[in-house]
Amino acid sequence: MATAMVATLERELVLYRRLWKASALSSFLLPLLFVLSIGVGVGRYVDANGGLGGVDYLSYIAPGVLVTTAFQIAVGESTYPVLGGFKWVRSYHAMRAAPVAPRDMVGGHLLFLAFRALLATIAFLIVVGFFGAIHSWLTVLTLPIAALLAVASAAPVTAFAATIENDNYFAILFRFGLIPATLFSGVFFDVNQLPLWIRPLAWVSPLWHAVVLSRSAMLGQAPHPGASAGWNAVFIAGHVAYLGVWAVVGVLLAVWRFTKRLQD
Amino acid sequence: MTVQPLIHARGLVKRFGDFTAVAGIDLDVAPGEAFGFLGPNGAGKSSTMRMIGCVSTPTEGTLSILGMDPVRDGVKIRARLGVCPQLDNLDPDLTVAENLTTYARYFGLPRAEGRRRAAELLEFVQLSDRAESKVDPLSGGMKRRLTIARAMVNQPDLVLLDEPTTGLDPQARHLLWERLFRLKQQGVTLVLTTHYMDEAEQLCDRLVVMDAGRIVAEGSPRSLIETHSTREVVELRYGDTPLESLRGKLDGVGERIDVLPDRILLYADDGDAAVAEVHRRDLAPSSVLVRRSSLEDVFLNLTGRTLVD
Ligand SMILES: Nc1ncnc2c1ncn2[C@@H]1O[C@H](COP(=O)(O)OP(=O)(O)OP(=O)(O)O)[C@@H](O)[C@H]1O
Ligand SMILES: [Mg+2]
Repeated sequence: MATAMVATLERELVLYRRLWKASALSSFLLPLLFVLSIGVGVGRYVDANGGLGGVDYLSYIAPGVLVTTAFQIAVGESTYPVLGGFKWVRSYHAMRAAPVAPRDMVGGHLLFLAFRALLATIAFLIVVGFFGAIHSWLTVLTLPIAALLAVASAAPVTAFAATIENDNYFAILFRFGLIPATLFSGVFFDVNQLPLWIRPLAWVSPLWHAVVLSRSAMLGQAPHPGASAGWNAVFIAGHVAYLGVWAVVGVLLAVWRFTKRLQD
Repeated sequence: MTVQPLIHARGLVKRFGDFTAVAGIDLDVAPGEAFGFLGPNGAGKSSTMRMIGCVSTPTEGTLSILGMDPVRDGVKIRARLGVCPQLDNLDPDLTVAENLTTYARYFGLPRAEGRRRAAELLEFVQLSDRAESKVDPLSGGMKRRLTIARAMVNQPDLVLLDEPTTGLDPQARHLLWERLFRLKQQGVTLVLTTHYMDEAEQLCDRLVVMDAGRIVAEGSPRSLIETHSTREVVELRYGDTPLESLRGKLDGVGERIDVLPDRILLYADDGDAAVAEVHRRDLAPSSVLVRRSSLEDVFLNLTGRTLVD
């Protein structure tokens, strides 16, 4: 790995060191609030009706909330911080004057977000583990799933942030990207309960694919119980590949936008 | 023996759309030289500096930096440059020391080496006592000094300073000059831009005067003054009297006359003699100043405009 990429990752880590206490606190606090309000509160009614997908409601939503947390960190940290690196702090211009190439800047940023996703996942697992939401050793696979999702969602948003001049565009991104993605990605209910015409919304969202994988890992169940073992293997490969495509295309777009923006 | 120039440019052009910011300039900067670009706002100084710094691609012409091609070897060249841009881009959320140590890592320096150089450079720019402070509360002069320290972190062969002292108070400016002068004494090649004559005269061995994307004169500060001005300049003020009406009456006093909105400049090798002649013609001014000619006068002579408006 390029030393310059490691150097930009280090800069993010040095910045993060100042915030990590507050960030770690919220990493534990948010899942705890979730568990208490929705998992236990809403869950009481759902579970009284036999749970969801054959498990208690908390166990059903925990894997989805876990990857949603990674998703939100990845997207959030790729909006204002990236635009600011061009417009306000001008840190990318500072790097550009040194021997740091656009791919090093993008790479360092995404590595940092993968790291953040890992931290958040570990904190989350510790909390929900106490409430009995971990059902399988395969749960460790949520770590690479969260990291992959972080890169797959952060990379295109990073490209977007490197393109716009005005932060008003983020409101559009949140309204038409982040919020629908969170609502229709099968975190709180099975997307098969949605009318058929809405389901494609879930299918295109990288979050849904991560939710399916994460739930499968934490419950120790096949992702699509109706299908055969062979088909499930294909589905798993497909979900991972889909996230991979988002990551690769996103990285290419981001490097291209960084290069454009930094050259005149 | 001819030394290979660190910067070599021929017919260098930079266009933004159909606007020409740099209109074909030739440059040679030798190792160890302190070279300056002097010119008013919009002259094309920063555009030129950014091409030299390999962050902007020349539209036309040839440019070689440290013997390499900035387009092909940009990363390699930038590894050996130190850049102090016109706009500070320090990391406001990092401490003063961290700004240097993180930047050192961009050049691939080991962490311990980065810390050692950071300490040394903070000593050099007299910011050691602020090492653990955040950047935001620093004064403008301190930020500028930190940016210069950051530019030195890789022990560059060539340091580019775009308006290093603009916006600083005189005391901060003098401190910076003194530090830059020391760098020059250590043999570091400096290339700087400025609107300030006194800065160019203090720091530059050689400079070019730029105006509207072109080089209008080149030489040492002394030789420019000798070629494009007289030894002395007399400044005459006449209160509220319309000055243009005096131009004809002063004709022949000194070698040249410039009428500015608030004063008249007479260029003469002997200022006192010129003043005597003014009095002989019954044109006694409300105030008079005889001074040595400066680069300001050179610029006025070359372009008919004042440099700092
Ligand atoms: N990226 C750009 N796009 C369009 N025009 C530009 C760009 N950069 C500079 N210019 C224009 O090129 C001209 C020269 O600008 P430049 O910044 O090189 O001047 P300068 O001599 O550094 O001036 P100053 O003393 O104000 O810093 C200006 O008219 C400026 O508006
Ligand atoms: Mg400029």
